[in-house]
Amino acid sequence: MNSFPTWKIIVVALVCAFGVIYTLPNFVSRATLDKLPEWVPSEQINLGLDLQGGSHLLLQVDTKAVVSKMLESMVDATRDNLRESGDNVGYRNLTHDATKVSFTLRNPADADKARERLSSLSTRMSNGQLSAAIHIGDDGEVTITPSEAAIDARISAAVDQSIEIVRRRVDETGVNEPAIQRQGRDRILVQLPGVGDPDRIKRLLGETAQLTFHLVDLNASAAPGARVPPGSKRLPSIHKGGPDYIVKNRVMVSGENLEDAQATFQQGQPVVSIRFDGLGGKQFGRATTDNVGKPFAIVLDDKVVSAPRINEPILSGSAVISGGFDVKGAQDLALLLRAGALPAPLNILEERSVGPDLGADSIAAGKIAGVIGVVAVAVFMVATYGLFGVFADIALAMNIFLIMSVLSVLGATLTLPGIAGIVLTIGMAVDANVLIFERIREEVRVGKSPFNAIQSGFARAFTTIIDANVTTGIAALILFVMGSGPVKGFAVTLFIGIISSMFTAIMLSRMLISFWMERKRPKTLEL
Amino acid sequence: MYKIKLIPDNTHIPFLKVRMIAFAISALLILGSIGMFFSAGVNKGIDFEGGILIEVGMPKAPDVADMRGKLGDLGLGQVALQTFGSDSDILIRVQRQEGDAKAQEAAVDKVKVQLAKDYGDGVSYRRVEFVGPTVSAELVQTAIEAVGAAVLAMLVYIWLRFEWHYSVGAIMALVHDVILTIGMFAVTRIEFNLASVAAILTIVGYSINDTVVVYDRIRENFRRYKKMDVKVLIDLSINETLSRTTMTSFTTLLALIALYIFGGEVIRGFSTAMIFGIVVGTYSSIFIAAPLLLLFGLSHRSAEDDGFKSAEAESGEKG
Repeated sequence: MNSFPTWKIIVVALVCAFGVIYTLPNFVSRATLDKLPEWVPSEQINLGLDLQGGSHLLLQVDTKAVVSKMLESMVDATRDNLRESGDNVGYRNLTHDATKVSFTLRNPADADKARERLSSLSTRMSNGQLSAAIHIGDDGEVTITPSEAAIDARISAAVDQSIEIVRRRVDETGVNEPAIQRQGRDRILVQLPGVGDPDRIKRLLGETAQLTFHLVDLNASAAPGARVPPGSKRLPSIHKGGPDYIVKNRVMVSGENLEDAQATFQQGQPVVSIRFDGLGGKQFGRATTDNVGKPFAIVLDDKVVSAPRINEPILSGSAVISGGFDVKGAQDLALLLRAGALPAPLNILEERSVGPDLGADSIAAGKIAGVIGVVAVAVFMVATYGLFGVFADIALAMNIFLIMSVLSVLGATLTLPGIAGIVLTIGMAVDANVLIFERIREEVRVGKSPFNAIQSGFARAFTTIIDANVTTGIAALILFVMGSGPVKGFAVTLFIGIISSMFTAIMLSRMLISFWMERKRPKTLEL
Repeated sequence: MYKIKLIPDNTHIPFLKVRMIAFAISALLILGSIGMFFSAGVNKGIDFEGGILIEVGMPKAPDVADMRGKLGDLGLGQVALQTFGSDSDILIRVQRQEGDAKAQEAAVDKVKVQLAKDYGDGVSYRRVEFVGPTVSAELVQTAIEAVGAAVLAMLVYIWLRFEWHYSVGAIMALVHDVILTIGMFAVTRIEFNLASVAAILTIVGYSINDTVVVYDRIRENFRRYKKMDVKVLIDLSINETLSRTTMTSFTTLLALIALYIFGGEVIRGFSTAMIFGIVVGTYSSIFIAAPLLLLFGLSHRSAEDDGFKSAEAESGEKG
C-alpha cells in the first residue's frame, strides 16, 4: 500500500489526461478549433435537437400504396405479355385486389400458352424462392400472387428510394447537417438541426411529386357524372374548384426523365421550366410532333396542373409548366421535380420540434443546475469527511471530465435528459467514495491503525461497490437498448458515469490517499 | 475540524421492531397507489396517449381562460392549457385527433392560425410535438417491456450473487418503489411521459443499489457472527450501513434538488419523480428489504449453503 504500484499510477495519469484533454475542446469555439492543427483533439459533444433546437420527424412509407403499385405494374405486364402481335391470348376481367392479380382466360385451353407467356412475372429471387405464384384453374381462372419475399423486397427498395428522395429534398432546402435514416421496416427518421418550424419541409415531404404528361381524351365529356371511356381516367384539377379532365391513361413522358427544373418567370408569371434528359426529350418531341393542336395534360400526383395546347412540335427537350403558381409554389415544384418523385406517399407519424430559444434555455438551466449540484455535493463532502472529502471532490471533478470527454470522443449526443443523467451521476458518483470512507471509519473505530484501516476499508468496500454499480449499470443498459431518442441520451450519460465513478473511486482517490499517507504518515485518521 | 455527521456513530436503532408497522404502511400505500392508478390513472403525456403538444412563448402574459375558450371552440376536442415556467409561456395540449397523421397536422395548423389571429406575430413556437396513435401504442409497449426487463435482469443478477431470499426481497422492495412512484404520478397529476419512464428505471437502479449495500453487509455479518440471533444481526447490519445509506441519498438529493430548482420546467417532472423515488428507495431498503429477509426465514443455515457465492467477498476480509 505504501508504494502504490507504478503501473497503476501511469494508468490513472493517462486516463485523467485523456479526460481533461478531450473535454477542453468543448470550451473552445468551433471556429477556433478549425484553425488548430490536425492532431489537436477537436471533437465536441453533439447537442441533441432538444438542446440546439430542431425538428424530428418520423415518417412512414405507405406500404399499401407500394404493394398496390406493384400489382398495378403486374397487371400492365400481364396485359403486354398476353397481347403479342398476331398471337393474342384472349382474357377478360384483368384486375387486382390487395394481394393478387386475377383474370379469366377466354379459352381455358390457352392455359399452357398463358403460363409460358407469364413466366417472366415469376422469377427466381436471390433466396431461391419464386417471386410470384401463378395459378391457372381448369376453368381458366388465373391468379398471380406475389410472394411475401417479393413484396418485402419491393417495400425495402421503395423505402431506400424514399430515403434518397427525402435526402435530396431536404438538402435542396439548405438545412445544415440533416440526419436521415431508416428505422425498422418502413420508417424514416428525419432530424433537422436548427429547424424550429418545419412546415415547409413537411409540405415538401408530403408530396409524392410524380409528374406525368398525358393526352386529353377529346372524345369524352368532362362533365360531372359523364361516362369515362376505357383507357382514360377522370382527374381533378390541382386548383380548387377547377374543372375535371378526362385524360388518356397512357403516360407520354414522365418526371423520371427530367434532367432539371427551375422556377422562372414567363410574361411576368412564375413558371417552372423543365429540361428532359435524352430519352425524355425524344419521347416529348415525338408526342408533341404527333399531336400538334391537341391539349397536353401536365399531371402532378394525379391532379392536372394545366393542359395547354401543343402549338408546334417541341424538339429542344425543354418545356415550361405554367399553371397559376405563386413564386413560392413555383420554387417548391421546381425543387420537388429536381429531387425526383417518391415511390409512395409518406405519412408523418411523429413530430417533435424545438425552437432555438427553448433549447438555449434548457442548456443554460442545465449548466446552472449542474454547477450548483456539483458545488453543493462537493461542499457537503468536505464538511463530512474533511480532507478525505477533498480527495473525493477531486475524484468527482475528474469524473465530470471523463464523462464529458467520453461523450465527445464517442460523438454521443447530449440531450436534456442526458444533462439530468450527468447531474444525477454527480450525486451518485460520490457513492463509491462514501462506501469506502464509511468502511474506513468503521475500521478505525475497531482500533485499526490508519494504514490497516484504509487498506481493509478499500478491500471490503470493493465487492459492495461492484454489486451496487452493476445493478444500476443494468438499468442504464436496458434504457439504452430499449429507449428512444432523448431517453437513450440519458442512458449513455448514466452508464458512462457509473464506469467513471467506479474508476475514480477505486483508482484515483485511492492513489491520492496513498500519496498523502506516504507524505504525512498520520498516527490517527481524521475522517 | 468540525465535521457534519448525518448519523451518529454506533447507532443501535431497532429497525426490526417496527417492521410490522412499516409493512402495514407500505401495504396501505401500495393499495392506495394501485387504487389511484386504476381509478384516476396517470396523466399520460402525448408520448403515450398520442396527441399534440405546443409550447408557445407569448409576447406578454395572456388571459389563459380566454385563450382556453377560443382554442376550445376550434372543435378539436379536449384542449388543455397551462402556464409553463413563466406566465407568458403556455403549454397547449390537444387530444389526439380522429384519423391519421394528417388530421393531427391539420389541428396544429388550426391552433396556429387561431393564435395568429388573436395575438399577432409575436407568438413564438418553442416546441411543437405530435405523436400519432401507432407510435404512442408502441412507446407504451416498449416502456412496459423496458421496466419488466430491468426488474428481471436485477432479479437474475442478485440471485446469482446472493441467495433467493435476497433476490426476492430486493425485487419486492423494487416493485414497492415502482408502484409508489407510479402512485405519486397518479396523485400529483405530473405528466407521465418518456422521461418519467427513464426516471422510474433510474429509481429501479438506485433502489437496488441501496438494497444491495445493506444485503451485502447482512451476508458478511452472517459469516462473521456465526451465533448471533438473526434479528439482532439484521438490525446491526442496517445500523452499520445507515451512515452510508443516508450520505449517498443525501448527496444524490442535493444534486436532484439543484436540478429541480434550476434545471428548467421541461425537466421538472423528471426531477420530482427522481426525488420521490430516492426517498422511497432509501426507506424501502431499510424498512422493507432488510426485514423481508426475516420474513422469508433467512437463517445461519441457509446463509452457509451460500458458501461458494460468498467466496469472492471472503477474500476481501484479508486486510
